[in-house]
Amino acid sequence: MNSKLKLITDGFIKNNPTFVLLLGMCPTLATTTSAVNGLSMGLATLFVLVLSNIVISAIAPLTPDKVHIPVYIVVIASFVTLLQFIMRAYTPAMYETLGLFIPLIVVNCIVLGRAEAFASKNGVWASCLDGIGVGLGFTLSLTILGAVREILGSGSVFGWKFITGDGMLAFVMAPGAFLCLGYLMVLFNKLVKK
Amino acid sequence: MAVKSNLLNMSLMLTLTCLVCSGILGGAYVITKEPIEAAKAAKINKANAAVLPAFETSERGETVLKDEAGVETPYVYYKAVNGEELVGYAIESNVSGFGGNLKILVGITADGLIYDTDVLDNNETPGLGAKCAESGSLFRTQWQKLDPRERILTLKKDGGDIDAITASTITSRAYTQAVYNAVQVFDALTGGEADAATGASVPAENNNKEESSDEQ
Repeated sequence: MNSKLKLITDGFIKNNPTFVLLLGMCPTLATTTSAVNGLSMGLATLFVLVLSNIVISAIAPLTPDKVHIPVYIVVIASFVTLLQFIMRAYTPAMYETLGLFIPLIVVNCIVLGRAEAFASKNGVWASCLDGIGVGLGFTLSLTILGAVREILGSGSVFGWKFITGDGMLAFVMAPGAFLCLGYLMVLFNKLVKK
Repeated sequence: MAVKSNLLNMSLMLTLTCLVCSGILGGAYVITKEPIEAAKAAKINKANAAVLPAFETSERGETVLKDEAGVETPYVYYKAVNGEELVGYAIESNVSGFGGNLKILVGITADGLIYDTDVLDNNETPGLGAKCAESGSLFRTQWQKLDPRERILTLKKDGGDIDAITASTITSRAYTQAVYNAVQVFDALTGGEADAATGASVPAENNNKEESSDEQ
């Protein structure tokens, strides 16, 4: 049981996709303009990651070697399209905010990376836990990054504004994304490597 | 370890995967079709209600406006009515802002006054141009109940009557242009008698005379 728990915590710390593996940087930098956006992008990726990990670990023993990448991509793309339908139907405002980055989950290296590195070699249950761990790690990192940028850039957290007027606009834009990510990475690795 | 590849099992696996996936997606499409359309309609209705006074029904229409150079631009509009009486038009207007397409909805009542405007889609700079999407700001309230025949629809800086958003001249100029275009569409729809006061660059006469019966 301990090893199962370790699968989840690994996703947070040792295999943290954002601060350690540096995977999926494109949505990380682009969608974390606020805490809510970061959180939703993380949850969307979590959804795809868990489901595709489960299915891929189930079909991996049957998949011929030479076609495994196309098969995995079709599975991942199907789940992303499914997610798109669901978001457009029930959370249209969030779908519009995240825009292009939802379909781009298909090519997010975290998803294919976990499929290749973990799900194809492990059982369904372990792959599911790995998906949850890495997905939650990604969600948490994006939420923290989004919150930091929102505090500095707009003077609010989760939409709750605590200053009047504008924050430091640069943090809402691309340069602020790189700056915040860099400093958070340093802080994370400093704390974890002890 | 995975099975050894040969032509038969490779094609079989790929075909099966694609079949199953497209089956699932087809099912999901059918299930979510209605909610997606409901969500879209709700969004448009909400925007329409925001830019026009209370109305009973609204009907979508499309028209084409020709500028001096003969370039035709398509416009989508919503005609709001109370029974037989025309309340006004909500006109979608697309222009190039600072960060790409800027799409706004302009509500014009039957008497030719701009009732209100709303931003449908924008890619303007957060904190600067994106302020045009904040309803209640000074930039936005100046459009309410504005008479396009009495005011010049260009920025004060360009010799007109419109206040710009601080440090966002390009966005403000684009927004103003979008409202101006919508007024042209309105004139075309109602028969062109509400003449815009902008003088210099009034586009060519409308080409939608058949719509003129809509005017009270």
